[in-house]
Amino acid sequence: MSELAIADLRVSVDGKPILDGINLTVCSGEVHAVMGPNGSGKSTLSHVIMGKPGYEVVAGSVTLDDCDVLAMEPWQRAQAGLFLAMQYPTEVPGVYLDDMLTEAFEAGDRGDRALVEARLVREAAAIGFDETFLHRPLNVDLSGGEKKRNETLQLGVLQPKIAVLDEIDSGLDVDALRLVSRRIEEETNRRGLGVLAITHYSRLLSELKPDVVHILVRGRIVQTAGPELAGRLEETGYAAWEPPENGGTEVGIRGHLHREHPDPFADPFADPFADPLA
Amino acid sequence: MTPVPFEVESARSLPGPRWLRDRRASAAATLAGAELPTTEEEVWRYSRIAELELGAFRLVEHASGDEPEALRPVIDLVPERAGVIVVRNGRVVRAELADDLASKGVFFGALAEAENPSSLLGSVASAGPDVFALMNDAFAADPVALVVPSGVVVEAPFAVAHWIDEEAAAVLPRLVVTTGEGSEISVLEYYGSAAVTALMVPLVELSVGPAARVGYVGVQDLAPSVWQVGSHVSAVDRSGVLRSAAAMLGGDYARLRMDCRLVGRGAQGDLMSVYFGEGHQTLDLRTFQDHRAPDTSSELTFKGAVSGSARSIYTGLIKVEPDARGTNARQSNRLLKLSEDAWAESVPNLEIETNDVRCSHASAVGPVDEDQRFYLESRGVKPEVAQRLVVTGFFEEVLAQLPVPGVGEPLRARIIDKLEGGGA
Repeated sequence: MSELAIADLRVSVDGKPILDGINLTVCSGEVHAVMGPNGSGKSTLSHVIMGKPGYEVVAGSVTLDDCDVLAMEPWQRAQAGLFLAMQYPTEVPGVYLDDMLTEAFEAGDRGDRALVEARLVREAAAIGFDETFLHRPLNVDLSGGEKKRNETLQLGVLQPKIAVLDEIDSGLDVDALRLVSRRIEEETNRRGLGVLAITHYSRLLSELKPDVVHILVRGRIVQTAGPELAGRLEETGYAAWEPPENGGTEVGIRGHLHREHPDPFADPFADPFADPLA
Repeated sequence: MTPVPFEVESARSLPGPRWLRDRRASAAATLAGAELPTTEEEVWRYSRIAELELGAFRLVEHASGDEPEALRPVIDLVPERAGVIVVRNGRVVRAELADDLASKGVFFGALAEAENPSSLLGSVASAGPDVFALMNDAFAADPVALVVPSGVVVEAPFAVAHWIDEEAAAVLPRLVVTTGEGSEISVLEYYGSAAVTALMVPLVELSVGPAARVGYVGVQDLAPSVWQVGSHVSAVDRSGVLRSAAAMLGGDYARLRMDCRLVGRGAQGDLMSVYFGEGHQTLDLRTFQDHRAPDTSSELTFKGAVSGSARSIYTGLIKVEPDARGTNARQSNRLLKLSEDAWAESVPNLEIETNDVRCSHASAVGPVDEDQRFYLESRGVKPEVAQRLVVTGFFEEVLAQLPVPGVGEPLRARIIDKLEGGGA
């Protein structure tokens, strides 16, 4: 049983706050969806979990089974059991998928090339990924959908404890989305993979059934509920959860309202310009 | 205004047939009136030519014994070969050619022993490209020639391996390759040295006949105390294809000029390079893609890296002459800067004198891509391994398409060597 716990996570980029106190816990076998509009901080959350450079963690913690994830280098996070399926998988010319995974296995004393090759073949078959892709430079000349299958394939080979899927659905057609979702679901059911699926659209969630749905708006989780929340989102869009335009530091129209952050638990349908002191 | 100290008398005293000695003496006489270039000339800008003290080096007067042990592993890289020539301190010490090729009229050996040898020397590089080519003309002790008659196709590569192990030697290797119509060959040339202070001035002439296909790979891995000022000059005839690669790994200051003239309609000349400077090395590459005939194409793909306080210079010119309609020319030089103190300059140039051409050039100098490294690390690859994979991957574009099979792997290993030893 593993647990990824994110507590009061606050993150800035170039001094600008992006994540504003995230609290989230994903346990083995659970599928959490984080949904949010563009610019809400979804990708930042996934990058910070994996340790991508360029983000400043101002406060809060991320732990995996009580180990301080933020103190680890990215490769150590991967070896500890975290995986990030990237929204835009990076093209790495001249570096081959099987070579990279072999090095990853060797770094963790997890096995050798033969094991990697065997798993690659098995995983490729599971998601309908042509085997010729296995000996090609990473993500080079792959279509958007092929890149996402490639990410899923690596998930299957590396067998992480917790996987963060950043827009895994983008670029996938309906059939591919189904295959990828089935494969992740299998991991969840059989091995107890914990999933944090970040997505803009509810399309993914009709295939990858979430246990919990979180709505992320302007760096905060403004609502957490069961899968029915995704359905409601489908009807209303994100507008219902959006705070007013100039967001965080808001100066009320009459000049005396001064609020650091919009209240995430306020009635989303309330008039955002209503003066709470009135 | 540095006078060139090598003397006419020493040129005349080198061994060889009369025509060769006369030719050397005449070149030496011209050279005596010449001056070394200065960095004021564009093609020598950023170079370290001002540091060159020709007086510190001397010609090697006597042939120096056997085949050097150190070259054995290099020669073993091409176990199946058409022939091998070993040159030590500028003198041929071993020459072999497969019997069946000799019977087909192939010549591979000391140039002086070839048929019509005087017509071979200078057949491509008759004038220049610079004073060092003239110096090679005057003082090349033992030029090597490969002559391939029309229609002869040779699968296995020809190998030429040079070794310098004499202190303060000035060695001027010369290789002349001439290929007849429709022939197909590949050549691997290797330059190495012991840890001596030396000057090497190599000149390679490649003549690609009509519809012939020639692959050439030159690997320079001299000790970091050796200077190189060299040229590869090639001419490609009608529908001929030249694929020529230079690996520049060693040397203190190592310069290579690659000139490729496309002289016949539909000729193709592709130039490739991998170069890696570490420590205090300076690698200086100059290229000239010279389109003189219609429908010719050239593609230049250079990949380099500098670490430590190494420097690298690349300047390249694509020239399309008035007759060369339908030219298709590309030039790309990309370089990884692996340390703060490393320095690199990359200057592409185009000179186009006709319409109806397609030319492009690209040039990039930058650090290792952080996103690429992160991608690998996010899968559990250690940072130093990720760095190694990304850097060797960067060179892979060239290593994977070298025109002599089996050379990519040892070059990759050598690059890893330099990467890990180079204070990157």
